[in-house]
Amino acid sequence: MRLPEGTYFLQGNEACAEGAIAAGLRFFAGYPITPSTEIAERLALRLPEEGGIFIQMEDEIASISAVIGASWVGAKAMTATSGPGFSLMQESIGYAAMTETPLVIVNVMRGGPSTGLPTLPSQGDVMQAKFGSHGDYEIIALAPATVQDMFDMTIQAFNLSEEYRVPVIILSDAEVGHMRGKVKVPEKLEVINRKIRTDKVWHDGFAYDESLIPSFPVFGKGSRVHVTGLSHDIAGYPRNDPEVHQELVIRLSEKILKNRDRICSSQIFNENAERFIVAYGSPALAAREVIRSNGSVGLLQLKTIWPTPEKQIIKIARQATEIIVLEMNLGQIYREIQRIACTAGCTKVRLFSKLGGVVHTPKEIAMFLKGG
Amino acid sequence: MEDFFDLYRKDRWPTIFCPGCGIGTVMNCFYRAFSELNLDQDRVVFVSGVGCSSRVPGYIRADSIHTTHGRALAVATGINLANPDLKVIVFTGDGDLGAIGGNHFINASRRNVEMTVICINNNIYGMTGGQASTTTPYNALSSTTPFGNKEYPFDLAELAVTAGANFVARWTVRNVKEIIGSMKKALTKKGFSFVEIVSPCPTGFGRRNKMGDPKQMYEWLKIKTVRREKTKSWDIDPVDLNIEGQISVGEFVERNRPSLAEVLRSIKPKIEQT
Repeated sequence: MRLPEGTYFLQGNEACAEGAIAAGLRFFAGYPITPSTEIAERLALRLPEEGGIFIQMEDEIASISAVIGASWVGAKAMTATSGPGFSLMQESIGYAAMTETPLVIVNVMRGGPSTGLPTLPSQGDVMQAKFGSHGDYEIIALAPATVQDMFDMTIQAFNLSEEYRVPVIILSDAEVGHMRGKVKVPEKLEVINRKIRTDKVWHDGFAYDESLIPSFPVFGKGSRVHVTGLSHDIAGYPRNDPEVHQELVIRLSEKILKNRDRICSSQIFNENAERFIVAYGSPALAAREVIRSNGSVGLLQLKTIWPTPEKQIIKIARQATEIIVLEMNLGQIYREIQRIACTAGCTKVRLFSKLGGVVHTPKEIAMFLKGG
Repeated sequence: MEDFFDLYRKDRWPTIFCPGCGIGTVMNCFYRAFSELNLDQDRVVFVSGVGCSSRVPGYIRADSIHTTHGRALAVATGINLANPDLKVIVFTGDGDLGAIGGNHFINASRRNVEMTVICINNNIYGMTGGQASTTTPYNALSSTTPFGNKEYPFDLAELAVTAGANFVARWTVRNVKEIIGSMKKALTKKGFSFVEIVSPCPTGFGRRNKMGDPKQMYEWLKIKTVRREKTKSWDIDPVDLNIEGQISVGEFVERNRPSLAEVLRSIKPKIEQT
C-alpha cells in the first residue's frame, strides 16, 4: 500500500520510491550506482509487498530495456540511475521515444564527466537528458529541489509519461537525493493512466487523433500490434518512405511541444523585481534563501526543464534588466535562457556556474549579485 | 491453425530474406511446432533485437516487439516478469545474442527467466553485409576478416548450458524434424529454453568461403554435423567450430529449476507471514 496520509521524515531517494508506489509503480529494474542506489534498495523491499516486481539487472542498458518490456504489458515501470548509467541508457531512451513507451527514469546527477564525483551533486546531464540519443525527439524532464519535490514530482512524472506516452526523466542530484526532510502525503492524489485499446489493431496500432497520441495496445489482450524502433507507419510496420518518417518524427515532437504550457511548471518569487535569478534543483533552494531578504531580486524556479518553459522565461525577461542563471555545470540550460530572454528583450543574461560537487551558497549568490 | 498465414502476416510478404537463406526454413519449422502445440496466438509476445533473424517477429501476426540491437532478452525479461501469464518467444541471431547481447544472454540463462529463445546462427552479420561475428569459424573469410578470422568462436549452446538454462538444443536447418521436436519441447518447458539453429547465409558467409551456392552451404552443414553424444569421446573438441571442424548437434540439457517469475511470486506470502 502507498504511504497513508500524513507527514513523514524521509530521504530524497526514499521519497522518490514512495512517490512511484503512490503513482502505481508495478515494475522496477535497476543497477546499483551512487548516488541513486537507495531508490532501488527501498523498492527491493517495498515492491514485493505491493505485488510488484523488483529486479536488479546486469547493467543499466538491461535495466531500461526490461522497463520498456514491462511497460508494453501495461505495467507502470521505472528505473533509477546516475550519470554513467544514464549515458548507457541513451539508445533505449530514443527507442522509448520512437515507440512511444511510457516510462520514468530517475537520474540522480553526480559530477562528471566519466566516473567523476560519484558522491557529489552536479547538473551536468541537463543537455544529455534532451539530446543524448540520436535523432530528433522530445522527452519531458523535471527538476526536484526538495524531498517533498522528490515525492510529488515522481507522481507527476508517471502522470506525464502515461498521458503523453513518452519517457519522463527526473533530473535530481546527489544533494536532493541524499537530503532528508519532511514529506507531506495528501489523502488524495491525482493518478493518470494511459488510454488503452484492446481491439485488433494490426493495421493501425499507432493510429492517432488530434491529440497526436495513439491509444496504447497492451500486449496480451489480442491486439496483435507490431512495435519497432524503425521508422514505421500507423500500422507499426517498418517503412523507409520519406513522408512516413517525416510524419512520424514531427508528430513525436509536436505531441509534446503543442502541450508545452500544460506540461511546464515553474514558480516565480518576488515577481515585481527588476533582476531575476533563474535556477532549478539544489541551487534554487539557495536562491530562495537569498531573495527572502532581498526584495529587489526575483527568482524563477524551473520545475520542468524539458520542454523549456518558454512562456515563464519570456514573462520575467520582459521586465528584467538582468537575468542570472545558477547552474552546477558550465552553462547548459543557460543557453536556452539566453536564447529565449534575448527574443523578449533582455540581453544581459549572466551565468553563475559552480563545479566541484558543491552547491552555490546563499552568501556566494549574494556576492555575485553585488558584482563581487 | 491450419494455414501458414494464420500465424504470419501475409500483407508483409515477400520477406526481406535472400535466396538460399535458412530463416524461411526456421519460420516454417516454428509454424509447425507452434500450431501442433495449439498455442494461443493472443497470449504470446514475440521479441527480437536487430539483424536478419530479428525481422521474424515483424512477420508474425501477434503482439511483437522489435527492440534495439542486442537487448531482446532484457526486454523479454521485463515482459515475462511483469506478466508471467504471457508466453515470451525471442528470435535472435549470432551477432545480436553472442556479441552485443552476450551479457543479457548469460544472465537470462542464469536467472532462468521463462522464455523460449530461438537463435538463428548463420556465422555472420548478414544485415550489414557479411562482417565476422562471434560465431564465425576460425580462419573463415568475411568483409572484416579479409585475412581469415583470427578469433575463436563462441559455442552459444554450450554457453547456455553452463550459464544455467533449463533446456538447450542445437540443430542445423537440415534437421527439420529435430528442430520441430526441440522447439515443441522448448515452448512447453518452464524457465529459460534455448534452441540454436545453424543456418546458411550464402550471400554474406557462403560467397566469401567458396560456398556461394546454397547447395554448397547445405552440403557443408551435412558434412560438419556431429551428434553431441559422439563428441563426448573427446576425440573431437566439443567447441571446435573451425570451418574445417564440426558442429555438434542434439539436445544438450534438460533441467527443471523453477523459473524466476515463479520464485519471485513466492516472496509475497513470506512477507505476509512475518
